[in-house]
Amino acid sequence: MAEPHLPERQSPLEPEYHPGSHGNFEHGVDVILSETRPGSILQLAAWPGEEKRLIEVIRKVTGLALPDGAGGGVNSGARAVFGFAPGKFTVVDEAEGLAQAFAGSITPAIGTLTDLSHGRTAIRIAGPKAEWVMAKFFAIDFALPAFPLGAGRSTNHHDIFAQIQRSGADQFDIYVFRSFARSFWKALCHASEEVGYEVQ
Amino acid sequence: MLITCPYCGPRDVIEFTYQGDGNRERPQPASQDLDAWNAYVYDRLNPAGDHNEIWQHSGGCRAHLRVVRNTITHEILSTAFARGGHKSADNRAEGRS
Repeated sequence: MAEPHLPERQSPLEPEYHPGSHGNFEHGVDVILSETRPGSILQLAAWPGEEKRLIEVIRKVTGLALPDGAGGGVNSGARAVFGFAPGKFTVVDEAEGLAQAFAGSITPAIGTLTDLSHGRTAIRIAGPKAEWVMAKFFAIDFALPAFPLGAGRSTNHHDIFAQIQRSGADQFDIYVFRSFARSFWKALCHASEEVGYEVQ
Repeated sequence: MLITCPYCGPRDVIEFTYQGDGNRERPQPASQDLDAWNAYVYDRLNPAGDHNEIWQHSGGCRAHLRVVRNTITHEILSTAFARGGHKSADNRAEGRS
């Protein structure tokens, strides 16, 4: 559980996390890679028929209003939410303690809450070539009309499951299993070499 | 081969897991009707053409899907959530959900 006031978590990327410019950056850096390290990453699931009540709970607790439609989402900077499967949502907060904020609101009649704050690693890719690099990893359409701002997608890269949210016109947040995060990060760095990347 | 997930949209077949023939009628767990159990375990239509199948979008939203696939051309004729019932290829599985 994400208890406040604990010592800072160690990043699984640490041994391979090298701030600075890398790869083919002589003509500029075209993507910026970073680990966003949110304090809370939750998975919320509604029982069949309870989706609208869960969406209302999310709105009350986070202030984020989910748009209609599969994979819809919204990102306010500090907080983010998106649908990744029927009746299931990922909710992210920069601050710790979001699970406690939801605790009394998601009753057993509505659905379930799973705190994944320690189980997922959040990686951000931003820049003019972000779509290009992402398209090398995932066989989905990253163009803005097909993947609108705030929307979420579930897919995988070589069997590493990934949830992706578009958090900006040229920015994506990728949530991967913590245990696979370093391997995924190394692959992402290799894929970004050709366009020049900066780790922040 | 692309399968259009009702939630995620068109995705490569590599994201999906085949879960078996969608025409099977599972007997009640307490059933002692050996013919029904035999049919459930062994009988397959094995058509050269449209076939009801169950797939799971295991590399995406993880929903179970009813898919009608042509076994000769691999054309995907329809996809739907398994939970919601679907239009079958041969009417054999209609009425189930």
